[in-house]
Amino acid sequence: MPAITYREAIRHALAEELERDKNVVILGEEVGQFNGSYKVTEGLLAKFGPDRIVDTPISEAGFIGMGVGASMLGVRPVMELMFWSFYSVAFDQILNNAANVRYMSGGLINCPIVIRGPANGGTNVGATHSHTPENVLANHPGVKVVVPATPYDAKGLLKSAIRDNDPVMFLENTILYGNKGEVPEEEYLIPLGSADVKREGTDLTIVTYGRSVLHSLAAAEVLQKEHNLSAEIVDLRSIRPLDIDTVLKSVAKTHRVLIVEEQKPFASVGTQLTYMIQREAFDELDAPIHRLATVDAPAIYSPPVEIEQLPNPQRVLQAALEIFN
Amino acid sequence: MSKKATAAPKKSTGSATSAESPADAPVNRSLSKVERIELFRTMVRIRRFEERSLRAYQGKKIGGFMHPYIGQEAVAVGCCSLMGKDDHVITAYRDHGHAIAVGMGLNEQMAEMYGKATGCSKGKGGSMHFFAPDRNFWGGHGIVGGQIPLGIGLAYGLKYLGRKGAAMAFMGDGAVNQGAVHESYNLAALWQLPVIFVIENNGYSMGTSQSRSSAGELAKRAEGYNMAWDTCDGHDLYAVRAMMDKYLKLAREESKPAVIEIRCYRYRGHSVADPDNTYRTKAEIEEYRRTKDPIQTFQQRLIAAKILTEAEAEEIDQAARAEAEAAAEFAEASPFPTVENIQQDVYWEADNPAERKSQGRLFFD
Ligand SMILES: Cc1ncc(C[n+]2csc(CCOP(=O)(O)OP(=O)(O)O)c2C)c(N)n1
Ligand SMILES: [Mg+2]
Repeated sequence: MPAITYREAIRHALAEELERDKNVVILGEEVGQFNGSYKVTEGLLAKFGPDRIVDTPISEAGFIGMGVGASMLGVRPVMELMFWSFYSVAFDQILNNAANVRYMSGGLINCPIVIRGPANGGTNVGATHSHTPENVLANHPGVKVVVPATPYDAKGLLKSAIRDNDPVMFLENTILYGNKGEVPEEEYLIPLGSADVKREGTDLTIVTYGRSVLHSLAAAEVLQKEHNLSAEIVDLRSIRPLDIDTVLKSVAKTHRVLIVEEQKPFASVGTQLTYMIQREAFDELDAPIHRLATVDAPAIYSPPVEIEQLPNPQRVLQAALEIFN
Repeated sequence: MSKKATAAPKKSTGSATSAESPADAPVNRSLSKVERIELFRTMVRIRRFEERSLRAYQGKKIGGFMHPYIGQEAVAVGCCSLMGKDDHVITAYRDHGHAIAVGMGLNEQMAEMYGKATGCSKGKGGSMHFFAPDRNFWGGHGIVGGQIPLGIGLAYGLKYLGRKGAAMAFMGDGAVNQGAVHESYNLAALWQLPVIFVIENNGYSMGTSQSRSSAGELAKRAEGYNMAWDTCDGHDLYAVRAMMDKYLKLAREESKPAVIEIRCYRYRGHSVADPDNTYRTKAEIEEYRRTKDPIQTFQQRLIAAKILTEAEAEEIDQAARAEAEAAAEFAEASPFPTVENIQQDVYWEADNPAERKSQGRLFFD
């Protein structure tokens, strides 16, 4: 299997779906001529032309809403947000319109739209550009929320997202764009709502997603080598739908849980997981569920300190050890 | 567009509005007697339906907000009467008139307001959120101005899919001050989308008059986006049709957007929650009712033109009242949705389990 970057994996998914279905169209700021703010869409304009790869003005409410409206007619727009942080100016279009139109029409309408872009901290771009809104999005029944950690997952999940008949919010990560991973050349899909055990273990379950998966994997190596503790890592991949069964199965095996998330702690994805695990696997737990989140403040700019605000291998390791102390 | 466009379009002084009277515009001259009577009937049906709904509201059969369209009937009926096979409509919460004008039945609308399972949205949308995609009616939207990006999306969709049609995106005089509306103007003009932004200017956004909320002439803002614009008298059904016909053709045939401001007036409060005694005078309302009522004036014209008799008008009115009454009875007799229904119609996939591809939990408790 060739190793390609997360960025290329997403690009390949886009190109394959553009090729497969002429109703798929990509719209966003700088996706065409500029070749993408993060070069995700590089080369697509040359290949598919300006009707399929559309450069938009800086009008997130306008163009995202336009995509939602077009999706009601059967177009399948894949909208790029330069940063997911900018969803705030399109909040109404995403979470009132895309999320609610099906419901308010009694099921007469559906919106097959994908909104994708990076949602992460760690690049010293400050509080306005570092939002991780997966919890906010997932709080809205009607939308689906996906956060891939690896090139393989990114490609397979994005292809499923584009074929999905519901609105899918696809949250990428600027720090992961350059990461390489093996991706098969033949076509494959990964169903939304399927978690993936990224590392098998027996002493502790780390439930995580997105870039925190990589931190958790790094911490797990140290746990094994230096503390003789075997951590199992469950990568959710999809927040809504949520594969809670894979989580519960792991909890039944390890009896200890650490949730690691690049999220502000209050009412986060981890909060929901904690509720569900205690509710559905209370008797399996040998220790209180622990959670490592982003330090609860707006994203700090200061480069070395931002590393400490976010989950990182050292912080994951420490949190894991706290469970055993 | 790379080159600077030539002279910005000015307010049109096209033939439909200036030289001849709107009634003589081809789109109106070509109307048969039966068609004219049908236009009249649709306006009457809207009015009687809403009056009956208001009574139901007062009788506590209907909850939440309800925004009567009474007084503005000629706008929706005039615009929607021009709809071709692939013309589309989207509007705000004051949506009963448009819904009836596109041909939705009164039963399913009344039942929707009663919160019944037989409603057009199975009791999930309410008065502000009527939809009928089979009639190219895309709602029914509660957030002021929030429907306008969707409206240009319908136009973009038509263009992208290579279909010949136009979208009419309706909004109020208050909605024009929303950012999303301006973003939509720019996108529509930039990409020459087949959309007509219809401003139903009833003079007030809730309790705020136009002069207290908007700088400058509303439709003229189109000039900043190099878009055509125009205004017309919304009390005159013929004027609405004459104006909209011209711009709908431009949209369908040349994919040209436009902003059309249609001046009208609502006789009732902003919504059922508005006692209507703080921002305008009773005399003002009475003056409009007496001199400009779109249904009354159209009826007089039809009678003067010997298309309709007083007796026939009365018959149409009685039939509309009876139809509204029957809708109320239908709504009353219909069942409420069940608690189990609450979580249906949220996800397409959950509603189509045989075709579901995703896994995992979609709903939480
Ligand atoms: C974003 C938003 N702000 C405020 C409201 C409350 N609201 C509902 S209708 C309305 C007035 C709108 O007036 P206009 O656009 O002129 O339409 P009209 O009601 O006259 O048809 C207001 C303030 C809302 N629904 N949405
Ligand atoms: Mg108004």
